[in-house]
Amino acid sequence: MPSDTILSDTALSAVWLTLRLATVTTLLLFLIGTPIAWWLARTRCWLKAPVGAMVALPLVLPPTVIGFYLLVVMGPQGPVGQLTQALGLGVLPFTFWGLVVGSVLYSMPFVVQPLQNAFDAIGERPLEVAATLRAGPWDTFFSVVLPLARPGFITAGILGFAHTVGEFGVVLMIGGNIPDQTRVVSVQIYDHVEAQEYAQAHWLSAGMLAFSFVVLLLLYLFNPNGRRR
Amino acid sequence: MHHSRLVFIFFSFFAGAVSAEEVQVAVAANFAAPMQAIATAFEKDTGHKARLAFGSSGKFYAQIKNGAPFQVLLSADAETPARLEQEGMTVAGTRFTYAIGALVLWSASEDMVDGRGDVLRKGGYAHLAIANPKLAPYGAAAVEVLKQLGLLDAVRPKLVQGENIAQTWQFAASGNAELGFVARSQVTRGGKLSHGSAWIVPANLHPPIRQDAVVLANGRGNAAAGALMAYLKSEQAKAVIRAYGYGI
Repeated sequence: MPSDTILSDTALSAVWLTLRLATVTTLLLFLIGTPIAWWLARTRCWLKAPVGAMVALPLVLPPTVIGFYLLVVMGPQGPVGQLTQALGLGVLPFTFWGLVVGSVLYSMPFVVQPLQNAFDAIGERPLEVAATLRAGPWDTFFSVVLPLARPGFITAGILGFAHTVGEFGVVLMIGGNIPDQTRVVSVQIYDHVEAQEYAQAHWLSAGMLAFSFVVLLLLYLFNPNGRRR
Repeated sequence: MHHSRLVFIFFSFFAGAVSAEEVQVAVAANFAAPMQAIATAFEKDTGHKARLAFGSSGKFYAQIKNGAPFQVLLSADAETPARLEQEGMTVAGTRFTYAIGALVLWSASEDMVDGRGDVLRKGGYAHLAIANPKLAPYGAAAVEVLKQLGLLDAVRPKLVQGENIAQTWQFAASGNAELGFVARSQVTRGGKLSHGSAWIVPANLHPPIRQDAVVLANGRGNAAAGALMAYLKSEQAKAVIRAYGYGI
């Protein structure tokens, strides 16, 4: 059993890549998820239920299903693949940005749902008051909604980040295990276990365990009265 | 529905699991297609039932060491069965080579791969899929071939790795990787190339991929396990194995 240094260069690069992926994904999810959550919280349109269900799908779908469809849809023959090729971007599988797309879809409910609940909890009244004070919609959003929904944003950010760090199946299906591009920590652990390098697997796994616990601890400390959502 | 019929169905669930001779087989991913054909014929000819699980040798090794209920292992390599034997996890004297794997350079598009593999040198592809060489013998063989051809450093930036040979095939079959080193069995149907284009890598470019089978300690005294091992050595099974592009 090869037992070089405890955290080798490959392990460190996997950790760094994972943190980068989770950060980019979380930022994008704030950008995409906030308007979706806002719309879901406010709309009376019949599309609310279908869109809500779409957003929640990754909660129940096996990651293999998401990964398999992404591989096919983003591949050179798939519709998204055709589009990215036409735009001169090449195809997305086996790239960092392919993983970002997969992670955004996969972690979407973990960001949208806490935000939607936070927006729901604000209710109509503060918005009406803001309107009577002649605040425009953007002004209202930034000076009334954002501060009131702050716990929701914190929860959404933590869950979105942590869930992306913990992602495995989707990455395995579309990643291709390329160092510094798609070899994230969870894949690295899987490889160590498969190769029977249990010492290295233990170090990385224990790290993940500690990280996940600390993240959830932070979450419960921020929202101590059980208002996780 | 009659009450008695319900009771019958209820009991036949359990009876089915106990009375039939059954063997749990861990099968290397590359041997999935031929083994399904062999298992069907085996069941018809002997009345025994073979339950197949497909995966990588590394995972099977870990599972077997930790009490997985497999009775026979058809490995993708020779090392894993030998190692299990040394560790006393097998029935002594049952290990044998059931197939010798062949490697092909394959593309899902018809006109991509020429008959001599020159495409590797010429380029015109963004990704070359191989199985993880640390985990899969077909991956290790692919790296050896690239080394022999003096191309390993040149193609390294284009390499994408599947966790096993099944995933490697998937990368190439979906077109996400234009080229892939896969098992000949995966692209062979009825002795012919199923689709796409391929270069059958000459066997002298890599060490032989010997795939060994062994009866595991769990299978001691299981009649179906013994019968399956004998069946794999029969001319009938060998014909199937050869038709999928293996040597034996």
